Amino acid sequence: MIGLPFIYTIAGVVFAAFAVLSALDRSNAKRWGNAIFYALIAVSFLAGDLLGDVGNGVLVLGLVAIAGSGAMGRGANLTTSAGERAAEAARRGNRLFLPALVIPAVALIGTFAFKQFPAWFDPRQTTLVALAIGAMLALAVAQAWLRPRPATAFEEGRRLMDGVGWAAVLPQMLASLGAVFALAGVGEVVGEIIGGAIPEGSVAGAVIAYGLGMALFTMVMGNAFAAFPVMAAAVGIPLLIGTYRGDPAVIASIGMLAGFCGTLMTPMAANFNLVPAALLELRDQNAVIKRQIGTALPLLAVNIFLIWWLGFAR
Amino acid sequence: MWVLAGIALIVAGFLLRFNPLLVVAASALVTGLAAGIDPLAILAAFGKAFNDSRYVTAIYIVLPVIGLLERHGLQQRARELIARVRGATVGRLLLFYFVFRQLSAALGLVSIAGHAQTVRPLVAPMAEAAADLQSPERDKTDESVPAMAAATDNVGLFFGEDIFIAIGSILLMRGVLEGYGILVEPFELSVWAIPTAIAALVIHGARLLWFDRRFRT
Repeated sequence: MIGLPFIYTIAGVVFAAFAVLSALDRSNAKRWGNAIFYALIAVSFLAGDLLGDVGNGVLVLGLVAIAGSGAMGRGANLTTSAGERAAEAARRGNRLFLPALVIPAVALIGTFAFKQFPAWFDPRQTTLVALAIGAMLALAVAQAWLRPRPATAFEEGRRLMDGVGWAAVLPQMLASLGAVFALAGVGEVVGEIIGGAIPEGSVAGAVIAYGLGMALFTMVMGNAFAAFPVMAAAVGIPLLIGTYRGDPAVIASIGMLAGFCGTLMTPMAANFNLVPAALLELRDQNAVIKRQIGTALPLLAVNIFLIWWLGFAR
Repeated sequence: MWVLAGIALIVAGFLLRFNPLLVVAASALVTGLAAGIDPLAILAAFGKAFNDSRYVTAIYIVLPVIGLLERHGLQQRARELIARVRGATVGRLLLFYFVFRQLSAALGLVSIAGHAQTVRPLVAPMAEAAADLQSPERDKTDESVPAMAAATDNVGLFFGEDIFIAIGSILLMRGVLEGYGILVEPFELSVWAIPTAIAALVIHGARLLWFDRRFRT
């Protein structure tokens, strides 16, 4: 059955190619740092399940040591110049969009079609599988049409990957930190503090504590999924649903969305906020967050109001 | 209380601009030790969670084809395309993308767009081209346009996806409530995501159209 192992194999091969090309990149003074970093990610994708928990932990320490000691760099851009690109863009026309659109098209079709074949495709992973197949098909189409050397696509991919650098594994690192926080009981302590700060007998006060708590704890954890069980246990279920008889569906659903407002405002949500800044080669790594605060704060206020208004309408 | 030391360390580490990977690893160690967990057990818990969350890093498999197309002028073509659309502005273009992103996410199609797949190769260069048309003399070092393109992708995704009943957060909420003996249908949870989705469209849409005022000449 095609599922995560299939995707991880492709990802492992792609990172292995980045590692080899980095090792050969003489224009990068820190090429060995990049090569080993990408090689460790390739090992994680290809053999992570065989390493054992401590083995994976040691692999992470390797990644941290390379990134933390500043051993990664960027090579010279051996790609086409802006002038060459403009000339080729004029010559090739809008057909250039076709391979790029193969990825969303396959993701769209696959999401629906793969569910019809649960024996072949893991029904829980259809979107990721479709994305991976779309990326490979797009590469095949582009390769057949543009006819570059086989290594060129991976050379260009490595150029973009070097732009992201160590930030590539930050989302995974933060997810793992969340697991350690859960093991250490951080959520319970935060929940007790917020639960203790609520004025007694005030529905609005409890709603505000719940909504703000979701956003703030999401900012700390970088993930509303980690904040929801904590805030539900501390305020949502005992007070809002229990004592004040609020509607559970409203309190859960809009509470989660209050958490999403927090996701927009924190560097801890690295895959949404820091990685795009790196991918777009922005100098200010917080540039995306700064653009989001203006939407996140008013929307958080709206969410808190909606919980109070819709959740206690009966 | 001491387990909160890890959170303090994260905040301090990010503010002092230490390497975030180093800060995260240190925070995990401090938090685990404060909770009385054996260092080897912390390492194992961290390694297991790292291995279980590899799917977040799998997105980079799209980079080779995106890089190859960029080499052959994809971004330049995206710019030219926008330059030919009459009345195209940064705000209108991003609002169009926002509506597309929010609606497709509401149908569960979260992977058809994203920072690597669409923002970097298409949306960000188109937005820059529109800004150049609106204000040819604008500050070329200004990063607000690509940053707004990425922000628009995030807001559209976050406040669209929860309308789809089979998304992870809906299943998580249902599971948590079920643990307390409260049964809710996924459909009820997804319906209550609609008011916020409309509010996000109004607030972010208004900000995008307001954003155009920056590029008036």
